[in-house]
This record gives sequence, structure tokens and C-alpha cells, in this order.
Amino acid sequence: MNSAVLLNIARFILLLAAQVLIFNNINFFGYLNPYPYVLFIILYPVNGNKSGLLLASFLLGIIMDMFCNSGGVHSIASITLAYLRPTFFKFSFGVSYEYQTVKINDKLTPERFSFILISVLTHHLILFILETFRLNFFFNIVIQTIFSTVFTIVISVLIIYLFKPSKR
Amino acid sequence: MLFLLLLLISFVLTIQSHSYHKSKVISSANFLTGGVYEKINDISEYFHLEDRNNELIVENARLKMLLFNQKDTTKLPDIDTIKGVKKINIIVSKVIHNSYSSHENYLTLNSGSKQGIKTDMGVVNDLGIIGIVEKVSANFATVQSILNMNSRINAKLKKSNHFGTLTWDGKNTGFAQLIDIPRLSTARRGDTIVTGGQSDIFPENIGIGTIEKVYIQEETNYYVLDIRLFNDMTNIGHVYIIKSKDREEILKIENDTKKNE
Repeated sequence: MNSAVLLNIARFILLLAAQVLIFNNINFFGYLNPYPYVLFIILYPVNGNKSGLLLASFLLGIIMDMFCNSGGVHSIASITLAYLRPTFFKFSFGVSYEYQTVKINDKLTPERFSFILISVLTHHLILFILETFRLNFFFNIVIQTIFSTVFTIVISVLIIYLFKPSKR
Repeated sequence: MLFLLLLLISFVLTIQSHSYHKSKVISSANFLTGGVYEKINDISEYFHLEDRNNELIVENARLKMLLFNQKDTTKLPDIDTIKGVKKINIIVSKVIHNSYSSHENYLTLNSGSKQGIKTDMGVVNDLGIIGIVEKVSANFATVQSILNMNSRINAKLKKSNHFGTLTWDGKNTGFAQLIDIPRLSTARRGDTIVTGGQSDIFPENIGIGTIEKVYIQEETNYYVLDIRLFNDMTNIGHVYIIKSKDREEILKIENDTKKNE
């Protein structure tokens, strides 16, 4: 067991606990909740095991579904994000991202921000479309996605800054 | 490949959760989530003790009123005097998790099959109906809230006995909709809506809410009523689960009838 694996397991448990205990109970304006548990997928090491990430995301999603009574909605959104992550990396950091040492868990730069934005937006859009599952609520889905995305990003950036390992 | 497999599994779970009348595989009525919610509730219920006390005082007052006015009232529950057995049994339980922010909302209770809870039992509290039991494990149960777009409950106008179906449009947690009320009925703002006798889940005349707005649905030409719920669905503590002794017999006889056709 190396420290990266341990760090990821700790992150998995802590984010899940924070999500269930705190962030699921916010209900801002009665229906808005941030979902900062996606940080686990976003912060997973760039060169880490891809199947490992997929399985971990599935587990993360299915536990969220148990807590939210939502069938398989969170799992679909999570594994899709995990699957599309390399594409988003390419989009935000350029084609040769694998050779650079990309770290999301650091100061906010435009590249990092665009990566977080596109990841969270994708995840939330899938999540709310499937959670609602009715086309006549399309406008509500869009509104909910936009507001929740903003909410999640604010919380996520705060979490990243809070736990950023200090270098100085 | 792994992605497609996992996607397929989650898709099946999702579709199943959205289809009416199908219990879900993944729910919060299990050891892990039920246990966590119970622990959380142990702490958070202290913040609502005042509300709960007030509810009990109000209900006590109402029951006292019934007791002192016994001769005048017709609201006493029906008791099957021939067999000396009550038709309806009541199980007390506590809500340990309550969701109201999505379109399909569920509550989790801290009692399950050990206490005698089964799927499709009605859940009420002192103010009115809460929902219907959906999935049961040994110690926990989930309840499909009336704030769930899949929920369909038989309800009627208290004064005129016109039946309709109680649904929710997914917009406001304080209001539900009563659809399919015939145009003949004289529904007015402020009238009381109660559960109807056609359901074998709820007894008749349990409170739901009052009419807030009456309008006509253009496609069907029936009335649609906006109901202001008696319950604040965002703040629920103890609930009563209704165990109807007749239900199994009714279901059995209905199934037999269908088979014979």
C-alpha cells in the first residue's frame, strides 16, 4: 500500500461522509444541494489506474444512491464522469497532458478551473436529467444544473484550498 | 468494456426506480444507510423537540375534546364489535431521514419487518397523511412520500364525497394536486380534502389539506385542485403506520376475481 492509495481511500470516505452528513441537508431555496463528492473523481491521480477509478466511482455513486433513494442516478453520472475524464484533461490541458505533471489539487489556474467546471457541469447535467426523467421539466433541469454547478464549484474550490498541502 | 457493464447496471437500477409500482433494489432501508441515518437522527432530533412537544400538546387537546364530547361526535374510529378485534392496528415509528428536494422523495423510518411493517402500508401523523411504505428491511423501512411524482392516492372532498387522485407536480413542498375531480362537484377554496374510502391502504377521512386553487385541466375537462397540505413535509418527527387487517382479504378476493375472468 503506497500513500497515494491510502490518500484516495481517505478522500473517498471523507468526501462521502461530508456529502451525506452535511451537504445533502443544505436544501438551499428548498431544493439546491451541492455535490462536492465529485471531487474524488476530479482529484484522482492523472496517471492512476483507469479501471480502479471506474470501479471506485461506481461504488461512490451506488452508496450515494442508497443514501438518496435515487436508484442508479448518481452511479451513472459518476462513472460517466470517470470515463470522460481523459477527454476533459485533453480539452483543458492540451494533448500532451499525460507527460506533464498535471495537478488539480493546487492553486486555481484557468486550465484547472475549466477542467473542474466542465467535469462538474457534465456530472450534474446527467444527474438531474436522470433524476427528473421527464422531458416537460427541461427548463427546471437546466436551471437546477446551472445553480447546483455554481454551488458545487464554490464548495469544491474552498475544499481544495482548505486541504492544499502547504509547500512553504 | 468495464464502463459499459457498469453503465448498464446503473441504467437498469435507474429505470427500475422510476417505474411505478416496482420496489427498488437500492434503497436506504438497509443496514449501512439506515444505521447512519439513525445515528444522525439521534443528534438532530434534539433540535426539533419543541416542535414535537407542541404537536403532542395539540393532538392531546384534540383527543381530549373528542373524549369529552363523545355523545355528539361521529368521528370515533370504527371498531369491529362482533369479533371484538380492531380492524386497524397502529405502529408508532420515527422518521430518521426525510428528503424533499427532488422530484421523487422518500422518507426512511427506524422500524421494519421486526415491528410488523410491510410494503404498501399507509403512513400518517397527527395532522394527516405522509405516504406509503415502499421497501422494508429487518430494522428499517422507506416510505414513498406524497411529495413524489409517482405517488397516486385516492382522496375526496370531505363535504361532497367526490373522488379524485392525489398527485404532486414536483414544484412546491407545501402543495399537492388533486386531479380527476368531476366538474359537477362544488369545490371551493378552503374546502377540506380527506382520504377516500376506495383505498385499502388508508382508512377513510384522514386529513390531507385544504383547497387553495381550483382550475380546469384543458385536456380532460376535469377539475384540478391545488391542495395546501396540513403537514409541513419538510419537518416530520414521529409517524403512525396503519396496518389494516382487511387489506389482505381484499387483495385476495380481488386477485381471485381477476383470475376467474
